Amino acid sequence: METEIKDNDTQPPHFYPAYKSTILRSPTKPLMLVKDFIKDLSLPVFGESCIGEFDNDLTKNAMKDRQPIGERIKVAGKVTDQYGRPLPGVLIEIWQANAAGRYIHKAEIHDAPLDPNFLGAGRMLTDKEGGYMFYTIKPGAYPWSNHYNAWRPNHIHFSIMGHQIEHRLVTQMYFPGDPLFEFDPIYQSVPKHARHLLVAKFRMDWTEVEFALAYEFNIVLNGSKRTPFE
Amino acid sequence: MMETLETTPSQTVGPFFAYSLSAEQYGYPFDSIVNDVLVDERSPDERIYITGKVFDGAGAVITDALVELWQADETGRYRKIPIDRKNDGFTGFGRVGTGTNPDGSFSFTTIKPGSQSGGAPHINVMLLMRGSLHLLHTRIYFSDEINDKDVLFSSINAGRRNTLIATLNYGNGRTEYHFDIHMQGDRETVFFDI
Ligand SMILES: [Fe+2]
Repeated sequence: METEIKDNDTQPPHFYPAYKSTILRSPTKPLMLVKDFIKDLSLPVFGESCIGEFDNDLTKNAMKDRQPIGERIKVAGKVTDQYGRPLPGVLIEIWQANAAGRYIHKAEIHDAPLDPNFLGAGRMLTDKEGGYMFYTIKPGAYPWSNHYNAWRPNHIHFSIMGHQIEHRLVTQMYFPGDPLFEFDPIYQSVPKHARHLLVAKFRMDWTEVEFALAYEFNIVLNGSKRTPFE
Repeated sequence: MMETLETTPSQTVGPFFAYSLSAEQYGYPFDSIVNDVLVDERSPDERIYITGKVFDGAGAVITDALVELWQADETGRYRKIPIDRKNDGFTGFGRVGTGTNPDGSFSFTTIKPGSQSGGAPHINVMLLMRGSLHLLHTRIYFSDEINDKDVLFSSINAGRRNTLIATLNYGNGRTEYHFDIHMQGDRETVFFDI
């Protein structure tokens, strides 16, 4: 009953040795195909009361005495299934480094300044059209220890929880034209033709005059085992 | 055949998720909408505790993993109504990082799930960590249940079924189940392609 991992050609492999931590942390045996046993398994639904007033505004949700340092941006988009149907009520949780490329996380050792007015965590639920929108600060690049002089491109981490088990995804959003793409094994782990799916689009028409630049990042969740009108 | 969109690629959760996904557990100034307790604090149902560790291919304990549990209630039904801030009643959903216990273990407080349509009681597990480019799915079954009647369980290669069984242990004066996850090796956990 154990079969080869399905050929979903936008997805990275599990084992990708250029990203060194995968060597000891990726399954060596094929995943077990279980769609015949797990039909219509839901995931938890979260109510609006779970989301605080400023949870989707990272420029405000940790502000102490002044605005956080950095380039203010809006990140917005839609969550849909593979048929383009909007997915409302999906929980999106994000986290990121500050403008200097520093995470507030205690294990972070990069010698760049913390910003006392910025935490870098946010969350919200998608609206009826599957839409979401965060205000934040453009994250900086940061070094890591994967290889000599390794730097991560600017990115925002996304955790997405839809209402069925296939609709749980954790990913990262990147910014257009980042010169670090070609040196980053995490970005490179994705098949070449699919990498653009992780790169937000700059949206001049969504910018807010004298306030914020804007990026569009749409998320398509895997619903391939369901036909749209069953 | 309807034309389909390309699905968004998965990426690793990385090492720095805690201040967003499990902030209270790690002591960051952001509240958490889920934690290690899946039951209503006030409910009289008998608690079970699920504890374990996540091991890498060299046998080292992984201290930056995130474990999520999702389970049915004692009648075998999953919660359908939205979870709200008041944590009203049984949520069936929990989330714990392995970075706060000194030994790198995770621990959840819940109730034993029921089962429906002939399956064995089980808990769905979702696992994330630095070094994993995907979210991984598996299941916890219980050592004191008849699991062979479960169609998913019995279709697992017989030599690997025990990787999904949590072992009952009354040692600490409470009903504890021990469930370790092995990424690789002889005891490599069976992971699912959902
Ligand atoms: Fe990161």
